[in-house]
Amino acid sequence: MLEALAFYLFSAILIASAVMVIASRNPVHSVLFLILSFFNAAGLFVLLGAEFLGMILVVVYVGAVAVLFLFVVMMLDVDFAELKRGALQYLPFGALIGLVLVVELIMAGSVWVLQPAALAVKAHATPAGLTNTEALGRILYTDYVYYFQIAGLVLLVAMIGAIVLTLRSRPGVRRQNIAVQNARTAAMAVDMLDIKPGEGA
Amino acid sequence: MVLLPELVLALGAMALLLIGAIGGEKTAPAISFGAIALFVMAGAEAIWAVPSHATAFHGAFVADDFARFTKVLILVGAALCILLADEFFAPAAMSRFELPVLMVLATLGMLLMVSAGSFIALYMGLELQSLALYVLASFNRDHLRSTEAGLKYFVLGALSSGMMLYGISMIYGFTGSVEFSAVAHVVAQSGAGIGLIFGLVFLISGLAFKVSAVPFHMWTPDVYEGAPTPITAYFATAAKVAAMGLFLRAILIPFPHALEQWRQVIIVISVLSMALGAVAALGQKNIKRLMAYSSIGHMGYALLGLAAGTALGVRGVLIYLAIYVFTNLGVFACIQAMRRGGKPVEAISDLAGLARTNPKLGLVFSMLFLSLAGLPPLAGFFAKFYVFLAAIQAGLIWPAILGVLASAIGLVYYLRLVKIMYFDEPAPALDGDMAMGSRAILIVSGAVALLFIFAASPVITAADVAAKALLP
Repeated sequence: MLEALAFYLFSAILIASAVMVIASRNPVHSVLFLILSFFNAAGLFVLLGAEFLGMILVVVYVGAVAVLFLFVVMMLDVDFAELKRGALQYLPFGALIGLVLVVELIMAGSVWVLQPAALAVKAHATPAGLTNTEALGRILYTDYVYYFQIAGLVLLVAMIGAIVLTLRSRPGVRRQNIAVQNARTAAMAVDMLDIKPGEGA
Repeated sequence: MVLLPELVLALGAMALLLIGAIGGEKTAPAISFGAIALFVMAGAEAIWAVPSHATAFHGAFVADDFARFTKVLILVGAALCILLADEFFAPAAMSRFELPVLMVLATLGMLLMVSAGSFIALYMGLELQSLALYVLASFNRDHLRSTEAGLKYFVLGALSSGMMLYGISMIYGFTGSVEFSAVAHVVAQSGAGIGLIFGLVFLISGLAFKVSAVPFHMWTPDVYEGAPTPITAYFATAAKVAAMGLFLRAILIPFPHALEQWRQVIIVISVLSMALGAVAALGQKNIKRLMAYSSIGHMGYALLGLAAGTALGVRGVLIYLAIYVFTNLGVFACIQAMRRGGKPVEAISDLAGLARTNPKLGLVFSMLFLSLAGLPPLAGFFAKFYVFLAAIQAGLIWPAILGVLASAIGLVYYLRLVKIMYFDEPAPALDGDMAMGSRAILIVSGAVALLFIFAASPVITAADVAAKALLP
């Protein structure tokens, strides 16, 4: 009973905030609604017993992705009103395509039968006596270590790519060199000039 | 040691990255050389050290004769493209040590792709390759066209990845496994239901994007035109072999019992690609765009071999890819040699009268184009011949006839190029000098095009063995 109540609460807020993400006028509000919807989706995962996915959703999406979005929205001068201007014009056509897709999905879904052989090779359920975080960890670093390592390489490529495409070394930049500063002596820093009166330096 | 070539590339790439990061830009030539050495090493290991029938990581990684054949092709293509890249960027003082490192990582992704034994392995390899390719496409970052190419490739590539993942999730949902052999087992037992076909179609769409088959070809001309020439050569050779190898493996291993379902999709994609490749290339003015349409057409012919769904068809595709890689490398070495006053030129009109101003280059260029067109004594003819043979033996008479028609139309635009080089009023002469590496590539590529007829049997035997590994 309580679980069902929580489910409907999370779902309702999730859908409402998802709508607000695309409907709100202020892009900063959009990002804040996005964060709200992430939190509610995380709540739904916890209800399903997948607390690890819930945590990851909060840590990765709220902690990194949404904050990055917020930075982009606030730092870049993107004219969102201008971007949205054409949207209404494409709405009927987009809605039509969406409708066709939905009808097709419903038609295909109505004749689906889950094959019995599929159930036979179904993935293993979580072993008894383990939380699912532990269970995931146990297979991630053993059975799935191959994928895990490739994922690491993909991230390495992403890092190299970001540096290659954006890093520029500008010539003539003056950098502070503390060793040189510390090595300066009074003899190097002060020049004694003999100035004749009335003539200036 | 099943994973040896991949380990060498992965560790080697990191070592080169460290050397580059510590040593700075002046190490770029040494790192290019190191990357080529890595490819040679990995190739030798793939041929001699890796067993013919082995799997690792619970079937996620497969080493067999098919993987060996495609890996050697990929490594040869990648090594020669690094050679081209070194000669392209060094005179413009644009060499950066990240380029060979990214190419090694992309090549690693390609090797993982053709050895994939499960859908997750397929996707991980594909993303490793694609992500590196997006960066490589926009490597010339101060150039508008290059950055545009990278961005377009990235956005459309992300879309296609999404479609493919959706398809894979469907297949997983309806068979209960992501492993190719387990999926094949389920399909054999309970047939291909509508849900599975749904997933299969999305999977094919994603893969068709990677081999730039119609109707998922839109990115190809822009990316080929915008990317720096040696990178375009890399897209057209190594990346195409990897994508095609992945296509064959991801369709033939898990879905041999759904042949009728996927065959019709592949036939449509193949015929449309052949037709568009032949017709759209007619009006092109830029040589790299023309090569893009040419590659769309060639992938159409290769897909016809897949549509046959037999070992003979796979053999046809592999022979096709081998000849295509060598011919294309030569063509791109020629395109890279198209410089006037030290600046690269890309218009087809710049080739006018090349046979008179630079007879040797004109001759090799024309011969490679005629080979791509599939004129009989040259290598390209045999590529098409084996594919059409397999298609006809599998009963695909009409697609084969349409393919022959398309190659007849395709002949027109290749001949037009030859006519421009031989009979048009000469344009101002191109710089005659060619670097050593490009020269060597041209000699190898020309020799393959001309002499394949005499030395075909080892290639055909190797392709035969490789095809038997996929479809015993």
